[in-house]
Amino acid sequence: MGKQLIKGNEAIVKSAILAGCRAFYGYPITPASEITEAAAKYMPPAGGVFLQAESETAAINMIYGAASAGVRAMTSSSGPGISLMQEGLSYLAGAELPCVVADIMRGGPGLGNIAPEQADYRQVVKGGGHGSYRTIVLAPDSAQEMADLTALAFELADKYRNPVFVLADGMIGQMMEPVEFLPQAVAPPRHDWAVEGTAETRKNLITSIFLEADELEAHVLKLEEKYRRCEREEVRSEEIRTGDAEVVLMGYGIVARLLKSVVEEMRAEGWPVGLLRPVTLYPFPVEAVKRLAGQASLFAVVEMSTGQMVDDVRLAVEGRRPVEFYGRSGGNVPSTEEIIRQVKGMCARHGVMAQEPELEVAHV
Amino acid sequence: MSDGGLDPVPEGMEILHEKAAAFYGRYERKAELQHQTHYCPGCGHGVAHKLLARAIDELGVQDRAVLVSPVGCSVFAYYYFDVGNVQVAHGRAPAVATGIKRARPEAVVVSYQGDGDLAAIGTAEILHAANRGEPITVIFINNAIYGMTGGQLAPTTPVGAVSTTSPYGRSIWNEGYPLHVVETLASLEAPVYLERVALGNAKQVMQAAKAIRRGLENQVKGLGFSLIEVLSPCPTIWNETPVEAQKRVREELAKIYPLGVVRDKTSDAPMRPARKAAPALSELPKLLEIEENGVRAAAKADSSVDWRIKVAGFGGQGVLMLGEVLAEAGLDAGLEISWLPSYGPEMRSGTSNCQVRLSGKPVDSPLVSKPNVLIALNEPSLRKFLHEVVPGGYVLYNGAAVPEDCRRDDVRVIAGEFARIADELGSSKAGNIVALGALLEAADVVGGEFADQALEKLVKRPGWLALDRKALQAGREVVQKERRHDNE
Repeated sequence: MGKQLIKGNEAIVKSAILAGCRAFYGYPITPASEITEAAAKYMPPAGGVFLQAESETAAINMIYGAASAGVRAMTSSSGPGISLMQEGLSYLAGAELPCVVADIMRGGPGLGNIAPEQADYRQVVKGGGHGSYRTIVLAPDSAQEMADLTALAFELADKYRNPVFVLADGMIGQMMEPVEFLPQAVAPPRHDWAVEGTAETRKNLITSIFLEADELEAHVLKLEEKYRRCEREEVRSEEIRTGDAEVVLMGYGIVARLLKSVVEEMRAEGWPVGLLRPVTLYPFPVEAVKRLAGQASLFAVVEMSTGQMVDDVRLAVEGRRPVEFYGRSGGNVPSTEEIIRQVKGMCARHGVMAQEPELEVAHV
Repeated sequence: MSDGGLDPVPEGMEILHEKAAAFYGRYERKAELQHQTHYCPGCGHGVAHKLLARAIDELGVQDRAVLVSPVGCSVFAYYYFDVGNVQVAHGRAPAVATGIKRARPEAVVVSYQGDGDLAAIGTAEILHAANRGEPITVIFINNAIYGMTGGQLAPTTPVGAVSTTSPYGRSIWNEGYPLHVVETLASLEAPVYLERVALGNAKQVMQAAKAIRRGLENQVKGLGFSLIEVLSPCPTIWNETPVEAQKRVREELAKIYPLGVVRDKTSDAPMRPARKAAPALSELPKLLEIEENGVRAAAKADSSVDWRIKVAGFGGQGVLMLGEVLAEAGLDAGLEISWLPSYGPEMRSGTSNCQVRLSGKPVDSPLVSKPNVLIALNEPSLRKFLHEVVPGGYVLYNGAAVPEDCRRDDVRVIAGEFARIADELGSSKAGNIVALGALLEAADVVGGEFADQALEKLVKRPGWLALDRKALQAGREVVQKERRHDNE
């Protein structure tokens, strides 16, 4: 298929339907509303269900129902709405139900504002609901990845029978870029565990209650085993110019796009910088960080928050290298010039010097 | 009827002692005592379960039945019912049932909820499921107390009643009045069947059996939302014998909560339209308006191209549209593209801007902090962004001349009354396209044929398309005129 210019938010919906999603329950919120609107437009003609729920709490429970019945289902929201969905997400994870949630982050806490931020990291990546569970989190940095990672999210949700997040910010959601969609639509799969209201599925039970301590412990350990497997098999990240990098920049989403410019401009001036962009925030690219900690002398993390992902970087670095942080909040997006100034300051503090500027090399 | 013993079975009725087929023979999901339920002696759940199971049997829908059980003593209903079972969060059963029913319209979905669940924490979910007329059946067990958690106040607890969280008795000044669920739902248009029954004696149980069966039958027939409220004894928490508790149901609860049918639209309920058959998978791309092969990227762009464009103006001046035309044209020209709008209240309250990158290489940052093209459709935008423009860049300003204090010698400034020119052509709204024409004439951003294609794609109304084409040409003429003037 050809490329078309499309907003990231809309790309999510088209990709979801191509990936076999046939149920969307949501509640509007800026800057995620285009997702709900596109689902309202495209889901019914595709033979799916769209319903604007009375609240995010209801929406995530409708997702629970659709997922229980074996349908690929998704919802979307932003900060405050995701907070309301956390109860349902805990139940979904506990009952081992697959679903996809798109979180197009805005400014917080409280009502905050509708400008882009990355301050949902903790509630999404660390799990804002109760109990020992995880959600798989994918972080697109382009409209194309909004489409690609949404399709992947459905695969992972089914593979692990667990909620999967597509975590983006207002900018990635609102931005239009050329997108190429899956060449073929995926047939919605069937699940033998689902409760479909049929003779074959009559004995099936969807539940998250395990009354006996040993029973619940066994269940929790089973979930944990799943997460360990996910950590072994599903880590994804992108690296740019890290081969000889002394400074490893880290950021995700829109910040990673800024950091790509930063790497290019600083390299042109001879600064030995590279970028490690986590594509999966959970599972976090721990091994890549560890490997780079062996060669680099400094990690520089940039986020549109006061520092949330940086905790995971520090955990992975295990104190072997300094980890510096620069963040903007409130909907402010740092410019590349601003980040470059900051990174140069960090380099100065840690004795990293610029080398001879590199000659213009042909781009392959 | 005696107060000290069981009531006689009403005439013409008989008690069935065999187990309904919709129950498991042995309750293997239970850890122990698998031959009996976990309910207390005299609890209404046992009776209500039996009535529901029998209705499932009678209607022959055991395979199709899906029981949704949220928090409350009946959270373990899946121990007993040999049907599809979904256990859910406190109060959320109607939302979950909605998700199941809409996914599997053939399923017979029953939401079985208690008073804390339905009438307190789940009020939003039940109200909206009822208001949407979800074709599900809700069994609402009202025993006026929180049984499972040990006797706390329910929204249905009678005024003056003592509970562990109303130790001085329920006060209308503190907790308000008992909530009347079926009457509340009867204020809605959509529900087709609402009835309150009780389990206070054999006669009441017989009526409850009928009501529950009707509630289920309505769904089998494809009618809408049905809810049966069941006044039910809770001897353990009420600290009464089963016989005393039944008496309280009859003599106290049934006075606060009158029994009977509150809504019956089963004979004239509109039929729910059947859902359309799903399209073939091969039709999806077209339904999703996904473009076919070969339309795009016929051209191969020069890798040194790097336009960083900022467009700004008032809302309504077509700022985002102008950016979109540039982006679409760039895509046709084989360039890499990003288009980033300002969004939200900023967009609604007056000023608007967008940032467009057209590049021969993959676009790294979509943010344009150092534009080489600024299109300022009003003076505030010029003042705000002029200083960002890199030396050698282009500034297009919608005005006869830039203000004295906005002069810059290191950028190419093109000032023109774009909106006025557009107004003369037919509508000042095409001022954005006049500006675009001027840009395309002054700088080789994208070929004119690509701009024309983009307009054709984005402007659906023929009248507007004709106007925009004229506007594009008029914009070019602004620059051509200036050029001639310079040469003279």
